Amino acid sequence: MLLSSNNGCNYLSYRKDQSVENILNVSNLTKTYSSAGKTLTVLDNINFSVAAGSTNAIVGPSGSGKTTLLGLCAGLDRASAGSVELNNINLGKLSEDQLAQVRNQYIGFIFQNFQLLPTLTALENIMVPLELRGEKNIRARALDLLDKVGLADRGHHYPTQLSGGEQQRVSLARAFSNAPQILFADEPTGNLDAETSEKVVKLLFDLNKEAGTTLVVVTHDLELAAKTQRILRIKGGKLVGDDLTVNS
Amino acid sequence: MENTPLITKRKLSVRWLFDMARRDSRKNRSRLLLFISAIIFGIAALVAIYSFRYNLQKDVDSQAATLIGADLMVQGSHPPDASIKPLLDSLGGSKSEERSFPSMVYFPVSKGTRLVQVRALKGQYPYYGSLETEPVQAGQSFRSRKAALVDKVLALQFNVHVNDSVKVGEVTFLVAGILDKAPGQTGISSGVAPVVYIPLQYLEQTGLQKKGSRINYSYYYKLDKSVNVLKLVKSIEPKLDKAEMNIETIESRKESTGRSFGDLTRFLSLVGFIALLLGCVGVASAIHIYIREKIASIAIMRCLGVKASEAFLIYLIQIIGIGIIGSVIGAALGTVIQNVLPMVMKDFLPLMISTDISWLAIGQGVLLGIIISVLFALLPLISIRNISPLNTLRINYDEVNLVRDPLRWLVYLLIIGFIITFTYFQLDSWMASVFFTIGIAIAFLILAFTAWLLMRLMRAFIKSTWGYLFRQGFANLYRPNNQTIILITSIGLSTAFICTLFFIQNILMAQVKLSSSGNQSNMILFDIQTSQQKGLAELTKQQHLPVIQQVPIVAVRLIKINGKTEADVKKDTSIKIPVRAFTWEYRVTYRDSLSATEKLLKGNWVGKAGDAKEIPVSIEDNFSRRNNVHVGDHLVFNVQGVQMPAIVSSVRQVNWNKIQTNFQIVFPTGVLEDAPQFHVLLTHVPSAKVSARYQQAVVRQFPNVSIIDLGLVLNVIDGLLDKIGYVIRFMSAFSIITGVVVLIASVRISKYQRIQESVLLRTLGASRKQIFTITALEYLFLGMLSALTGIVIAAGGSWLLARFSFEIPFNIDVLPAIVLFVIISVLTVVIGLLNSRGVLNRPPLEILRGN
Repeated sequence: MLLSSNNGCNYLSYRKDQSVENILNVSNLTKTYSSAGKTLTVLDNINFSVAAGSTNAIVGPSGSGKTTLLGLCAGLDRASAGSVELNNINLGKLSEDQLAQVRNQYIGFIFQNFQLLPTLTALENIMVPLELRGEKNIRARALDLLDKVGLADRGHHYPTQLSGGEQQRVSLARAFSNAPQILFADEPTGNLDAETSEKVVKLLFDLNKEAGTTLVVVTHDLELAAKTQRILRIKGGKLVGDDLTVNS
Repeated sequence: MENTPLITKRKLSVRWLFDMARRDSRKNRSRLLLFISAIIFGIAALVAIYSFRYNLQKDVDSQAATLIGADLMVQGSHPPDASIKPLLDSLGGSKSEERSFPSMVYFPVSKGTRLVQVRALKGQYPYYGSLETEPVQAGQSFRSRKAALVDKVLALQFNVHVNDSVKVGEVTFLVAGILDKAPGQTGISSGVAPVVYIPLQYLEQTGLQKKGSRINYSYYYKLDKSVNVLKLVKSIEPKLDKAEMNIETIESRKESTGRSFGDLTRFLSLVGFIALLLGCVGVASAIHIYIREKIASIAIMRCLGVKASEAFLIYLIQIIGIGIIGSVIGAALGTVIQNVLPMVMKDFLPLMISTDISWLAIGQGVLLGIIISVLFALLPLISIRNISPLNTLRINYDEVNLVRDPLRWLVYLLIIGFIITFTYFQLDSWMASVFFTIGIAIAFLILAFTAWLLMRLMRAFIKSTWGYLFRQGFANLYRPNNQTIILITSIGLSTAFICTLFFIQNILMAQVKLSSSGNQSNMILFDIQTSQQKGLAELTKQQHLPVIQQVPIVAVRLIKINGKTEADVKKDTSIKIPVRAFTWEYRVTYRDSLSATEKLLKGNWVGKAGDAKEIPVSIEDNFSRRNNVHVGDHLVFNVQGVQMPAIVSSVRQVNWNKIQTNFQIVFPTGVLEDAPQFHVLLTHVPSAKVSARYQQAVVRQFPNVSIIDLGLVLNVIDGLLDKIGYVIRFMSAFSIITGVVVLIASVRISKYQRIQESVLLRTLGASRKQIFTITALEYLFLGMLSALTGIVIAAGGSWLLARFSFEIPFNIDVLPAIVLFVIISVLTVVIGLLNSRGVLNRPPLEILRGN
């Protein structure tokens, strides 16, 4: 199958020889910024792959480049050099609109600050990815997800009417709504207290297990990282460690 | 996991876009409506004016006959000669005759005198409409007896009632009725030249119909329905042209009235359009900030897979939605306002205007509102396409540039194209539309530049040593996403409108007053017969008044310029002499020296005619330029039937601003002394009391002499400027309200930001009073800068008008400017504080939770 642009021109080939066992392949990934005439290297020649269905954590101190790496892997940003292949699609060769479609089709997101649309109810927030895909039976599926995260009776509430923990649960439901192949979570417990964090993390891993989704969590919470199968360590923009955990 | 990586192309779901637009706007609808309300008043102004225009067109069509009062009117400034009289008598149907001229009248009851327009009438004119009088029957009954109709303006001024008397020339008439309305008459015309109707059969007895009197001869006809007026006019026009008589029909009056009111409504609709543009700039500015606040939501949507074009469309749908709502509200408001317009314009209108709802006007207004709100909102909307999903990970990761999109040039082009096209439909000329658009752009740039400059100056003025509250209040004008420039521009423009009006009125009045100050003449007596000249001068001296100037005046026509006649000029367009040089009747004088207001520019002044075949005359420089006549050129004048060859001996510059007799053409002495002529006498009256006494004496002894009292002229000009000013103030009210709405919208937009600052300041220990003071000072600075911008621009504009248009000294009265400055500043502070009270009065935590 070929990926085609709007005008029908084929420019992204499917590499049949490569196994899709790895859902994410990062090769020689570099990201630099120019500021005041100086070049700042945020990520320097990063290489790793992520196996489909695995759970992974990217850890590192503040400013190490974790979030930048997540942004690049999820097609939210473009690399200065190197490539990111998600589900064998080279993200660097896609247009902005195609990237949007890749996100809608294959990726789920969970953010530190929840990132729910403030003018939509909890239920509507969950429905958006499904609506974009033009799927059927959306409402029932969204209600089911809302039930799974324990908020069945809060569907008509707006984000401001929900607590932080509740918002993050809605965010989880939304992330799983489009049955993503890979889920990127950026400090998912960063804005929550310890007790709520624990509940949210449990829910995240439970849902993930049930859906068989690949999970990539960016965090500086080592306790959370330890719950994954593999920990990638980043420091000063370089990959300095790649360890399997006891869960692997 | 699927083995085939695939990006499925998904279709754009219009329904989903509408759903998202509706959902996204949920908590912002009142704000969006507030933004768009900036265009409501511009749309209202235009719909009101369009409705007024359509009703006017309809009413002119249906009432055109009452504007002229007859099917046909023939008019000339000479008594019709023998060759034309049979033609005038032969035009069928009913005929009425009228002679009208300016003359003094005297009201014995109040001993008042005034220059009026006397209309001596014979026949049943008007055939359509009526002379509306109080009592009603007086409009008919005065014709058969020695009675007059007195205009209501005069009646009010001189306390004249029915059955009082009025003296016109030598005859005293009974006041049969007070005239309320006559065909074609407006409030303005009766204010400038109030009318007194008398029966034509008594004109002879008044003694006012003498040779040299400036009488208009009018003939009104009511034709049989079978007569083809157009055909008739075509057949008689050449003969009437030859006899220097004009012809007017219902159709031609309809056209000329429609044209002049078309011009008026076009002008007013452009003023309304400026208010609309101002509102649109406000809308664009508000939407810009709205989109900035929406960056996070847009980034989330992009993260979830919404395409850039879809995000753009979601917000475009919102704008179209509120554009429709705003335009419909504006159109409804305009339909209500159009009921007021006939009242505002009543002094300019010669007919009753209906106030029917015009669906065409409403449709145009709504369409215009939608197009223009979308066009202006496009500028901030196109930048939505550049909002990166990365903003979800890092707030302000990427300083989203909402103005640098290259597509903005296309939007600018669309806006300019739209303004030019819209203006073209008003002005009917591409050139004028382009100039208008350039003018508008320059005006906005000047306003914005002045605002910017004043802000810079203010910044330099506010020293770091000033108190914290002052510095903080002023610094608020520079807060991120500020709308300071647009606010100063919109409020400044309204201020500039009003202030210019005051300045110009003031400059004109000051000039008229200045012209008659000291011992300069402030009263002009004219239509003086040669035989009366001496007696009148004596009477003036008896009243202890100076005879400043006595000037003879002779009416002449030009029949040849360098051998070319009117017929030659008409035939050969390459001759650079305008036809009007020959059609004009020139009032010339003769004297042996230059007057104090004249300066010789070229040639030699010849004060006394010699024996040469050609008379050496002096011409004024404007006359020279206009008619392409220079020193040494040959002219032939027709002086009351006698041809007189002349040569231009000199060109003079004349200061027309002085109240005294000035002339385009001056003859030397020794030529025109025996020609039929009348005289003008100039004097200076020290007070209104002396003026009244002197006028009474003159009118009693010399009833044919007309008097222009500068005091009265001042009143008339003042009244006229007041009436014009009223209309302009009414129209500029729309810009003022737009400015106020933009201000309210701006305060509301930045409310959240203000709350955060307020909370921070209160956390740091600021009292409520201090926060109140900072907020009040911010709006005070804003109001002051806006008012100052308007006043500076008004002063600049007035200076340009005074210097280049009126050519009079620039001299402004600062009092209205100061009053306006204070009003605008206080108004801004009050509106600003009223809209910030939520920030000031409620506990910060409550507000934060509420948001």
